[in-house]
Amino acid sequence: MTTVLVQYGLLLAAALFLVGLAGVLFRRNLLFTLLSLEIMLNAAGLAFVVAASRWQQPDGQVMFLIILAVSAAEAAVGLALILGIHRESGTLDPDELSRLRG
Amino acid sequence: MVTLMWLIPAFPAAGFLVLSTLGRRLSRPACAVMGTSSVALSMIVSAVVAWGYLSPTLPRPLTTTALWQWMEIRSLSIGFGLHLDSLSLLWVLVVTGVGFLIHLYSTSFMSAQEGYGRYFAYLNLFIASMLLLVLADGLLLLYLGWEGVGLCSFLLIGFWYREPANSKAALKAFVVTRIGDTALIIGILLLYTRLGSGNIQELLSRASSQIPPGAPLAVAAAALLLAGALGKSAQIPLQTWLPDAMAGPTPVSALIHAATMVTAGVYLIARMNVLFALAPTVRFLVAIIGAATLILAGFSAASQRDIKRVLAYSTISQIGYMFLALGVGAWPAAAFHFLTHACFKALLFLGAGVIILNLGDEHDIFRMGGLWKRMPLVFATFLTAALSMAAVPPLTAGFYSKDWILYWVWNSGPSGPILWLLALLGIVLTSLYTFRLVFIVFLGPERSRPSGRPGALLTIPLVVLAVPAALAGFLETPRHLGDIRVFSRFIAQTAPVVEPAPSMPGMVVWLILVSEAASLLGILLAYLLFRRRLRVGEAAESLPQGAYLRRFWLAGWGFDWLYEQTVVRPYRFLSRVVGSEPLDWLYRGIGDLAVVAHRLLSLIQDGRIRRYAAGVALGAALILALVVLL
Repeated sequence: MTTVLVQYGLLLAAALFLVGLAGVLFRRNLLFTLLSLEIMLNAAGLAFVVAASRWQQPDGQVMFLIILAVSAAEAAVGLALILGIHRESGTLDPDELSRLRG
Repeated sequence: MVTLMWLIPAFPAAGFLVLSTLGRRLSRPACAVMGTSSVALSMIVSAVVAWGYLSPTLPRPLTTTALWQWMEIRSLSIGFGLHLDSLSLLWVLVVTGVGFLIHLYSTSFMSAQEGYGRYFAYLNLFIASMLLLVLADGLLLLYLGWEGVGLCSFLLIGFWYREPANSKAALKAFVVTRIGDTALIIGILLLYTRLGSGNIQELLSRASSQIPPGAPLAVAAAALLLAGALGKSAQIPLQTWLPDAMAGPTPVSALIHAATMVTAGVYLIARMNVLFALAPTVRFLVAIIGAATLILAGFSAASQRDIKRVLAYSTISQIGYMFLALGVGAWPAAAFHFLTHACFKALLFLGAGVIILNLGDEHDIFRMGGLWKRMPLVFATFLTAALSMAAVPPLTAGFYSKDWILYWVWNSGPSGPILWLLALLGIVLTSLYTFRLVFIVFLGPERSRPSGRPGALLTIPLVVLAVPAALAGFLETPRHLGDIRVFSRFIAQTAPVVEPAPSMPGMVVWLILVSEAASLLGILLAYLLFRRRLRVGEAAESLPQGAYLRRFWLAGWGFDWLYEQTVVRPYRFLSRVVGSEPLDWLYRGIGDLAVVAHRLLSLIQDGRIRRYAAGVALGAALILALVVLL
């Protein structure tokens, strides 16, 4: 019972992570890129939670709380940057924002 | 009074310092007075010193003055001192005397030129260096003067530096003589290290006591000194610079490239004659080089069109006589020929200078002619010098000096008569090219009109020089013509002179008569070919071989071409190869590789954040796969 739960939980986390990664790679809007990053973080968080419940350890829950905090900070900074970028260049297409080309 | 001799080079050196620092601010007359008076003072001091040296007081006055210590490195100590003996005194008197006259001449000759102060500064520096060269008591100090005169020669050949050809000629003179100079300094250092002294007198006494005749050291040192002398005195194979050196102002040619500097090699060998006597093979080589040079240069002189180039080749040829004399051990005769040559050749150049100036910078002798009516004084003095150079007795200096050389050559052993025959051919050539010049330039139809009469400053040196050119020969006459021995007694105070005894007593008169006949034959040939315009000459020239030969001689026996092919071109090729730095190819290759790699890597930095993310994801997947699989 428990093992089945763990496998399903981890598969769900992997699926979420891949969805998030696909969003980062294929969406052409920075806002959705940010959203996809949040999904990826939450996938990692889910994996921690599943692992914590499997081994009955509190560390996984603690890590999830840290990830929550990081993702909140990331969302705040990322949104502020997106606002700035939009104001600066008028677009949110990451392909057009390639001024750092070497 | 001999202790005053440091003043001799000091006056021109001071003149140089003043003229080179204040020359631009001084007016032209001030420059002229400054430049000329310094040499005049030097001349007066040398006369006083000469009087002190020759006055028969005993004991002999001190002839060496050590002025100061030049350098001292452990056991090596090199002094800065002057040494006076009759050999250096002879050179000092000629350099200051002829030098003063030429300075005087220059004040008028150069009056229309810019750079007046610069000219006199160089000329004074030259006199100072030349005096240092001949008065030096050590070889290194001699080398300082040697390089000093070389520098002045370079500066004065390229005096009209705006013309690229002049700068090129100056550079050529400098580089060609440098080849000899390098050999000379190696020779000096060799003598220093092996004999432990740079003082010439000490060196010579040590050489004669420590080195056996024909020893490798003596041969090597003499050969290296000879190479230096060949460069400075424009002898084969380093003679090519002198004809081009005529790019300089004519008084410079008279002073540096005829009377004084080019005889520095003669002075060096005469000064080191003890060393050369220890190396008989090298000394014989000197004689051969002298004989070859005097003949080759004679042919070249007879085919030139430029009046100054005729005189330049004749200078090479006459110095060939001096080398021939040195080669048979007749260094007093070489010194005597130096004295007479300085007078008549300077006179010829100064006369040519007057002609060139008054014809509006015309150098081509075939555009001159009939000048004797317009310039009788120049004609008279030029003719005196020409007779002297062609060795026509009795009232010419060249006859006595050349005859002395011939006498010595004839009695110089088994090879003597052959060398004597070559010298005899040289005499025919000398009078041929000299009188070719006289007949074409002064006689014949008038082809151009001189612009005016030469001023007094130009003619006074001519007249003054004409006196020794005619009379200096009476310092030394052959046994059958008065037997005056003033010069050999004078020169014997430097070192004893052992004149060879005549091999056959009756021969002496015949030698004189034959050489006289040769000289007159040359004049006759010149008369027939260039005055009478004999058909033979024109016929010879109309033949292709004749024309080719004339062009060959005109180009100085193709030495320039030979050196261009064998030295200059390979050198240029090598310098191009080395100039591209072949060793750097490896390092430059590494650098290029880094640049290419950099270009490739910077391609992936395209600024597209999604690709970066893809890269990160791919990399992470790869690492994960590796961890899982391995």
